[in-house]
Amino acid sequence: MAKFRKEFIKGLIITNPVFVLVLGLCPTLAISTSVDNALGMTLAVFIVLMGSNVIIASIRRIIPNIVRIPIFIVIIATMVTIVNLIFHANFPDMYKSLGIYLPLIVVNCIILGRAEAFASKNPIPYAVADALGITTGFMLALLMISSLRQTFGTGSLSVFGFHFFTLPILGEHPIAIFILPYGAFLVIGLLMALFRRTGAMKSE
Amino acid sequence: MNELITIFLGLVLINNFVLVRFLGLCPFFGVSKKLGSAVSMGIAVTLVMTLASIATWVIRHYILTPFNIEYMNIIIYILVIATLVQITELFIKRTNLALYNAFGIYLPLITVNCAVLGVTLIEAAENYSLLGSVAAALGGGLGFTLVLAMMSGIREKLEMANSPKAMKGVPIAFLTAMLLGLAFLGFGGII
Repeated sequence: MAKFRKEFIKGLIITNPVFVLVLGLCPTLAISTSVDNALGMTLAVFIVLMGSNVIIASIRRIIPNIVRIPIFIVIIATMVTIVNLIFHANFPDMYKSLGIYLPLIVVNCIILGRAEAFASKNPIPYAVADALGITTGFMLALLMISSLRQTFGTGSLSVFGFHFFTLPILGEHPIAIFILPYGAFLVIGLLMALFRRTGAMKSE
Repeated sequence: MNELITIFLGLVLINNFVLVRFLGLCPFFGVSKKLGSAVSMGIAVTLVMTLASIATWVIRHYILTPFNIEYMNIIIYILVIATLVQITELFIKRTNLALYNAFGIYLPLITVNCAVLGVTLIEAAENYSLLGSVAAALGGGLGFTLVLAMMSGIREKLEMANSPKAMKGVPIAFLTAMLLGLAFLGFGGII
């Protein structure tokens, strides 16, 4: 249990996939225009990572070392196809707004990275903990970036139709750059610098 | 012809793969410190993207659509790309060893470059013709190479610059990418 907890915390903070490892940037930047999209992406990544981690951890002893990467990729691609079909059937709006970034989870370095570095060397329970921790870390990073971008870019914050607040002046004159693609670079760059400044993360 | 030019220029300048679509960011931030390796990487990616576009177009039109198994596209495309990368690697190794050594580790890494899978998925979504797919691959690849080369020059200067300690390295590269993107916004009305 202690090791389970350790693996979970490790993925959450020490090896936070986005801010520390700087992995999986394509989806992080592209879909962080709204909190809804960020949560949808987190759900998709969670299903894929959990599935691939568990499958790879359970067959890790019978995978020949030379062809392990192609096997990992096929397993991940299968999981992504399943998630793609689930989203298409159950959340058509989300499926539309995530667009090509949903199938692109296949080449998300976070998932292949965890398969190679962790799931192929550890038993199933730890692989589950690792998937939970990494997904939570990914979700925290996505929520931070997307809530900032949505708040400043549209002047208000609402999640799945539930309205939180509208900023006084920004509500009428939002800072459009935050919602444009370039805003993603700005927000993630500043957040990363902030974490380093406060010592939550170490500088290079 | 006009349509092909629109697709090509649109992907080079307006919907740039790196700055607007966020495809291929890992090499953008990871390897783009030397101009030479940035250009090598760009050419290798463009080559694989073009081959992959042609291969996936053929597979989509003659296998996936007739048999009604389009949902298998993700698995098929990634396998096609992985195979093409291997073949390209073998071919370059046999024909031009100097070029092979120049590419180094970047060649096998192209398999997991989102730009390659991304371009095939965009072509499938937009239902481009075969020539349109080639134009999209060349445009996307050229746009990728262009931005990677520009960024390598800027990052060389950034290493020397006196930036705040917390901003050094990746954060300042992100802000530079934002400014580069804003500059590309100026191409917006060109088509």
